[in-house]
Amino acid sequence: MSVITAAVRDSSVIAHRNLLNVLRTPGALVTGIVQPVMFVLLLGFVFGGSLGGDQYRSFLIGGILAQTLTFNASFTAVYLAKDLQLGLIDRFRSLPMSRVAVILGRTTSDLYTSVISVAVTLLCGLAVGWRMNTGALQLLAALGILLLFAFAVSWIGALIALTARSVEVAQSLGLVWLFPVTFVSGAFVSTASLPGPLRTIAEWNPVTSVATAVRELFGNTAPSGFIAPGGWPADNALLYAVMCSLVVIAVFAPLAIAKYRRISKL
Amino acid sequence: MIRVDNVRKSFGAFRALDGLTLNAAEGTVLGLLGPNGSGKTTTVKVLTTLLAPDSGDAWVAGHSVLRAPELVRRNLGLSGQYAAVDEKLTAFENLHMVGRLYGMNRQNATARAHELLADFRLTDVSGKRAGTFSGGMRRRLDLAGAVVARPKVVVLDEPTTGLDPRGRLDTWDVVAGLVSEGTTVLLTTQYLEEADRLADHIAVINHGSVIAEGTATQLKDRAGSERVDITVRDGSDLQAAASVLAVATSGLATPEVDPAALRVSVAAPGGHSVLVRVLAELDARSVSVTEASLRRPTLDDVFLQLTGGSALTEKRKNDSKEGVPA
Repeated sequence: MSVITAAVRDSSVIAHRNLLNVLRTPGALVTGIVQPVMFVLLLGFVFGGSLGGDQYRSFLIGGILAQTLTFNASFTAVYLAKDLQLGLIDRFRSLPMSRVAVILGRTTSDLYTSVISVAVTLLCGLAVGWRMNTGALQLLAALGILLLFAFAVSWIGALIALTARSVEVAQSLGLVWLFPVTFVSGAFVSTASLPGPLRTIAEWNPVTSVATAVRELFGNTAPSGFIAPGGWPADNALLYAVMCSLVVIAVFAPLAIAKYRRISKL
Repeated sequence: MIRVDNVRKSFGAFRALDGLTLNAAEGTVLGLLGPNGSGKTTTVKVLTTLLAPDSGDAWVAGHSVLRAPELVRRNLGLSGQYAAVDEKLTAFENLHMVGRLYGMNRQNATARAHELLADFRLTDVSGKRAGTFSGGMRRRLDLAGAVVARPKVVVLDEPTTGLDPRGRLDTWDVVAGLVSEGTTVLLTTQYLEEADRLADHIAVINHGSVIAEGTATQLKDRAGSERVDITVRDGSDLQAAASVLAVATSGLATPEVDPAALRVSVAAPGGHSVLVRVLAELDARSVSVTEASLRRPTLDDVFLQLTGGSALTEKRKNDSKEGVPA
């Protein structure tokens, strides 16, 4: 069996185990479900009134999707940190299994949570007036971009878990960076409205490009009061979103796997 | 089958292993006996490729942990100190998962899981989640996981720590079963009784190196001769009993008095004749004896002698904390 087929096979065994764990842990999915609902309602109705009403709520959904999936990195951080504290990890490390399986299985199985979060966000969107103005192909493309991005940030979460070495530290480290990353972006507002350097950061922020790409695919436009953002990332949101995801995977996956090989519980 | 050669491993300033050397022949049980912090778990981690030694090397089934860790893992099953079972998975799912990770296809993993559930008396609970299991059942499931791939070598790190007496007996049966199938076992334990009962060869370790080794009998011989123990009914008779014992052994050994247990104990190279003389003399002095015995030294005595008492005192403290008799 080649190294790659072994890695895929062992990772799918681990992913299956993770899925059973999630399904059998009451409350494990609560955050993944409650959070998007909460943000749709909070931002949609607290900010919505000042920012464009129905039009803003329609615009918001792409941003909430990008934000929710970025936050999924914290689930990876917490669950992997929990795994690493179990006696089970010593068993895994003593087995002749692929050295990437524990991590790849985790980042893969966290996609299940992402799929549920996306579904909940879209349903919630429908309830507050969001509509898709394009076809099934665009919906699939949007899902593809979202899940690729979720998979990518999951590797950042994995590296955080492997660095933190405790569930508490992984939980806080896994969460703090998510607020600036998701808010200094075009997820909820127009990047053009931000001051100087923040504007440049927001324009190049992958979260912005994922939100923009998804909006384009859904056919959702910005409220009439929004200044249209400019620049290469805004003009090529779809391409840039995919590129960013691939770069994040290319950087963080090898780092996380190398880190896993080195660690050892004492 | 298992060989550890001059392995050193430090964590910062703490030397966990200090030139440890071990050998276990095929189909035997090597007992690694030592108090907490003596290096038992570090040895297990080196042998199971979880931890690389700073210097030295170790071999499992002829494969070096440094040069061929993958082959070591293929030939080895580990049951660590904390039962490595997934609490959310059923007994069957746990074993099936381990089988798959050893590279078995679904069908073989399923067949092997059912076989092991039967062998380890878990068939009735195969569909129950491991999180609902008692300590003993969980440990059996963990041991079953260690032998899924029929490894040549099984490493058990303190397999009975924290188990009730019933769980310990269960685990001992399992180990005996493994050995009867020709598996080589390395077993670490703090319990002298356990090493005595299970191991063909015992290595006593302290501060990361072997301080004595041999069979249980050989180790006991090192602790010296047989001992006479006398327990009296009344504490005021302890001194009288001690002097009788001193006279009976011609003053060669000083009797040890344990006032709490109302017991006097002495090394008696004369064996049973000493016991007969002591009882006659005590009877003549009207000392009421509740218990009199002649016994071979236990591994406790060996331990006490080898470690100068400190390790055993520490061990007893731990035992009483865990509520497990030594």
